[in-house]
Amino acid sequence: MSAARTDLWTLLVIGGLAGVTVLTRCFFFILDRPWTLPAWADRALQYAPVAALAGVVVPEVVMQAGHLVPNWQDARLFAAPVGALLYFWRRSVLLTITGGMAVYLPLHLALGW
Amino acid sequence: MFFLRANYSHPVFRQAAREMLPAATGIAAWGLMTGVAMVKSGMSVVEALAMTFLVYAGSSQLAAIPLIVAGAPFWVILATGFCVNLRFVVFSLHLRPYLMHLPRWRRLVNGFLTADMSYAMFTRRYPQPGRTVAERQEQEAFLAGNYFVTWASWMATSVVGILLGNLIPSSWGLGFAGVLCLVGILCSLANTPLRRLAAVVAGAAAVAAYALPLKLNIVAAIAVAVAVSFWLEKKAPPAWRQVA
Repeated sequence: MSAARTDLWTLLVIGGLAGVTVLTRCFFFILDRPWTLPAWADRALQYAPVAALAGVVVPEVVMQAGHLVPNWQDARLFAAPVGALLYFWRRSVLLTITGGMAVYLPLHLALGW
Repeated sequence: MFFLRANYSHPVFRQAAREMLPAATGIAAWGLMTGVAMVKSGMSVVEALAMTFLVYAGSSQLAAIPLIVAGAPFWVILATGFCVNLRFVVFSLHLRPYLMHLPRWRRLVNGFLTADMSYAMFTRRYPQPGRTVAERQEQEAFLAGNYFVTWASWMATSVVGILLGNLIPSSWGLGFAGVLCLVGILCSLANTPLRRLAAVVAGAAAVAAYALPLKLNIVAAIAVAVAVSFWLEKKAPPAWRQVA
């Protein structure tokens, strides 16, 4: 395996994301003057994070090379729901990862799914 | 900041650090995995280290990785990272009265280093912002002691993950642990019926709009899910908005 190369564009994106961290974590105390969120932003705040994560995660689980997975023999289709169920059972992200990988790795490595 | 003498020499600094220690194991495991996931998805060691040290936000890092790999445009990646991080905007409103007496650069450093656990632990210990100089000093020292432990365990284990990640063959598919991590965070955020609906709508929209260029399917998914939830918020029974 050859090591990946560093490119300038990715470093720029990383710089931008660092700015996003500062902007969101400090949002209301960057400026000295107090101000509040407009009502629409306050409501978007309720749904945007969960929507953004689902928008990223779901295609990562059910798509391959730009299409829905052709059949059910794909380790991701089993590992992700098991991880989600484990989360709702014990409320632990760590358990989601370890339990999900415990399903994913045998299917992926032994069966080639 | 933990590197200021006034903070790290304050007795409450050590106390805060000790209180955070039990949580540090969970943070460490997650940091290790994020490090592995970054190099396993094709980032170089330099890029992964830069991301760990500069971005310092696990869920937005993990969400950005597939977009970076796919070559999505700058603004799409930043907008996605911003949406994933939106919960911190609410935290910052809460923290404002605790920090406003500080000069701006110290507010920004404190804010940057305060992640979910530190915010929760700090506001639980100090329900009211300090009024006297001594109270304010104690609060900043406590906050610094507690995020020092989070930051140090995250950084140390992420670096280990980045360095070890390259020793593991890509065919093992360990990068999938990053996706599982996002699944866990997604479930933790989906704590009301309307938020669960937003997640389902966004997931379906992201798949349906997958053919859009530039990874715009994610932006479309956020827009559709937020619009549907807005619309239903007024029509649905109040119980749909309550945390269960």
